[in-house]
Amino acid sequence: MSGKNKREAVLELTGITKTYQVKQGMFSKPQPLKALGGVSLRLYKKDVLGLVGESGCGKSTLAKILLGLENPTTGEVLVDGRQIGPADRQLLARRIQPIFQDPYSSLNPRKSIEEIVSLPLVVHKIGDSVSRQKAVTKMLDLVGLPERSRRGYPGQLSGGQRQRVAIARALVINPEIVICDEPTSALDVSIQSQILNLLADLREELGLTYLFISHNLAVVEHLATRVAVMYLGRIVEEAPAGELFAGPRHPYTKALLESVLTPDPSLSVPDIHLGAQYPNPISPPTGCHFHPRCAAARDVCSTTPPPHLQSATSQVDCHLFRKGADGRSLVPA
Amino acid sequence: MSETILNVEGLTVDIPLGSGTLHAVRGIDFALKRGETLCIVGESGSGKSLTSLAVMGLLGKRIQVGAAKLEFEGRDLRSLTPRQMQALRGDRMAMIFQEPMTSLNPAYTIGDQLCEALQLHRRVSKAEAMAQAADLLGKVGITAAESRLQQYPHQLSGGLRQRVMIAMALMCEPDLIIADEPTTALDVTIQAQILRLLADLKREMNLALILVTHDLGVVARIADKVAVMYAGEIVESGTAKAIFDAPSHPYTRGLLDCIPVPGKTKPGEPLGSIPGIVPSLVGDVAGCAFRSRCALANDACSETIPKRTASGEHMYRCVHETLISEVA
Ligand SMILES: Nc1ncnc2c1ncn2[C@@H]1O[C@H](COP(=O)(O)OP(=O)(O)OP(=O)(O)O)[C@@H](O)[C@H]1O
Ligand SMILES: Nc1ncnc2c1ncn2[C@@H]1O[C@H](COP(=O)(O)OP(=O)(O)OP(=O)(O)O)[C@@H](O)[C@H]1O
Ligand code: SF4
Ligand SMILES: [Mg+2]
Ligand SMILES: [Mg+2]
Repeated sequence: MSGKNKREAVLELTGITKTYQVKQGMFSKPQPLKALGGVSLRLYKKDVLGLVGESGCGKSTLAKILLGLENPTTGEVLVDGRQIGPADRQLLARRIQPIFQDPYSSLNPRKSIEEIVSLPLVVHKIGDSVSRQKAVTKMLDLVGLPERSRRGYPGQLSGGQRQRVAIARALVINPEIVICDEPTSALDVSIQSQILNLLADLREELGLTYLFISHNLAVVEHLATRVAVMYLGRIVEEAPAGELFAGPRHPYTKALLESVLTPDPSLSVPDIHLGAQYPNPISPPTGCHFHPRCAAARDVCSTTPPPHLQSATSQVDCHLFRKGADGRSLVPA
Repeated sequence: MSETILNVEGLTVDIPLGSGTLHAVRGIDFALKRGETLCIVGESGSGKSLTSLAVMGLLGKRIQVGAAKLEFEGRDLRSLTPRQMQALRGDRMAMIFQEPMTSLNPAYTIGDQLCEALQLHRRVSKAEAMAQAADLLGKVGITAAESRLQQYPHQLSGGLRQRVMIAMALMCEPDLIIADEPTTALDVTIQAQILRLLADLKREMNLALILVTHDLGVVARIADKVAVMYAGEIVESGTAKAIFDAPSHPYTRGLLDCIPVPGKTKPGEPLGSIPGIVPSLVGDVAGCAFRSRCALANDACSETIPKRTASGEHMYRCVHETLISEVA
């Protein structure tokens, strides 16, 4: 193995923007809403990239673009270094599969578990009915569902079992990358732990790469190898998980980590010193989008967009930092 | 010593279904004083919401509520007429529901909805009600309150709507607030802000708070007392310290093992889990409902389960009596 930065990115996003036209009132004319304002990201093989950030900051929009469910307004999606256009959706779908939040609404209640799990094989015209049956058997075993459940229907399963079915369906066509959008937030903690353990095992067994979107930072810390933090359509910090949780740089990342409530009854709810000036995505704040809520903001923050700074392992967009003399580290500005 | 304002003993909720009766809540006890926060945690479907709704008198006619005692500020809630119950709700006791959008009326402004309860229960002018509404919006951390009062629910973000719901619950300065998963739909920074607000308001107004949640981090940080529910029963209750430092029921212990805890669980290592599923509560239910999933279960678990108490208020239901001392 050569150095980390030489590892091959299985998936790469460069300068992705996504603009929606939205109406604010019944009679007003549509205005542009920039859901993504230039996102660049790399996903390395067998990494678990945790994607965190405030509600509405664009996480799901990014996931939909990766899945080919939405087209970016500008920017490129590269798979194994090759650019993916709208015509390559089939290819994208075979290699990248989703697991969504709600296992109750994402499974068709009228289809049997066997039909649900084998559907992607049918859609992509892979194998015949015998090989598809075999594939379903293998998948059910892999996700820990009993063989007899193949003839059952979603209504007969618990939330955790349904999420297992969704995982089996996502994995049946051997994707390399799995996009998990809040895969456990609708579930009990007792079921959440089963699913997290399963995802970790499958990563080892099948060499999978995950993009893992979640509001639960304790879960992200547990599972992720790298973490990207989003705020209002931009990635404001990205770093190896250990580095980010041990030493967050961006003030928004700090506020996020301070908001995590560990189950310690000797502590109370922390005061995170984060202003309540929630930004309007239709007319985002000038300069650094975060400045109206940032306790550390300087004059320059309200006028000038922050610099995009990269170190050997991480990146941050904030006026509080600059490149060190060695060109590879980030130091306080 | 502050007074007990809510006293519940032997609360049951039965729901008739085609296939029999669902014994959704099966005889639970709890009491709450002014200035106290009780957190109810537990498995999905264990009866947390039904318990809240039963106390508020908000369950439909079809659903049968029974209790040996159901007292609020010394009054027997079972003896009240629906009208009297309605007068109590929104005035002396208020509820914050999980999904703010379903409990705000999209056709009315925030201001109108906030003032409605106050004008209904107290003789105040619209102007006085509006002034109080603006004051409360400020308290719940909403800036530019005057202009917010003119807005409609859809013009607010989820976090703002949830704050409006909290302000609405506070309008008549109730003595008891029941909040059912008030922060589940919110992200962590907003969650922390809202929980701080609830804790501050509780202290300032000396009210009692019942918080239903499945987030154990929230429970640890905000609860004075905790009730852990499983399949319609409170299987363990006690102070937050007792529950987190000396969990004694196997379900409570299982629950605490399931969550990743930064600094305690190792990233990447398997988390604890509770295999199996909750049993059906339709028809006769006997013994410990957790036994099919419990590693410590034995024959005695199908019989009547004793209620064990340790140090003061700490209680749990299990055939094993050595669990508490094991941990202590
Ligand atoms: N189809 C659409 N039309 C218009 N606006 C949209 C559309 N989809 C998303 N948006 C807007 O784009 C922004 C980003 O939305 P997105 O769903 O990606 O957020 P998110 O980070 O996934 O939030 P959450 O954590 O709440 O799921 C939001 O302001 C949202 O309102
Ligand atoms: N109106 C109803 N008719 C039939 N069954 C009901 C009704 N309301 C609740 N139940 C059932 O009663 C049980 C307890 O429900 P409850 O809503 O109190 O659970 P909960 O503990 O709040 O769960 P969650 O954490 O998922 O909100 C569940 O099995 C539920 O399906
Ligand atoms: S750039 Fe300025 S406003 Fe933005 S996060 Fe950094 S310090 Fe805060
Ligand atoms: Mg989303
Ligand atoms: Mg509920």
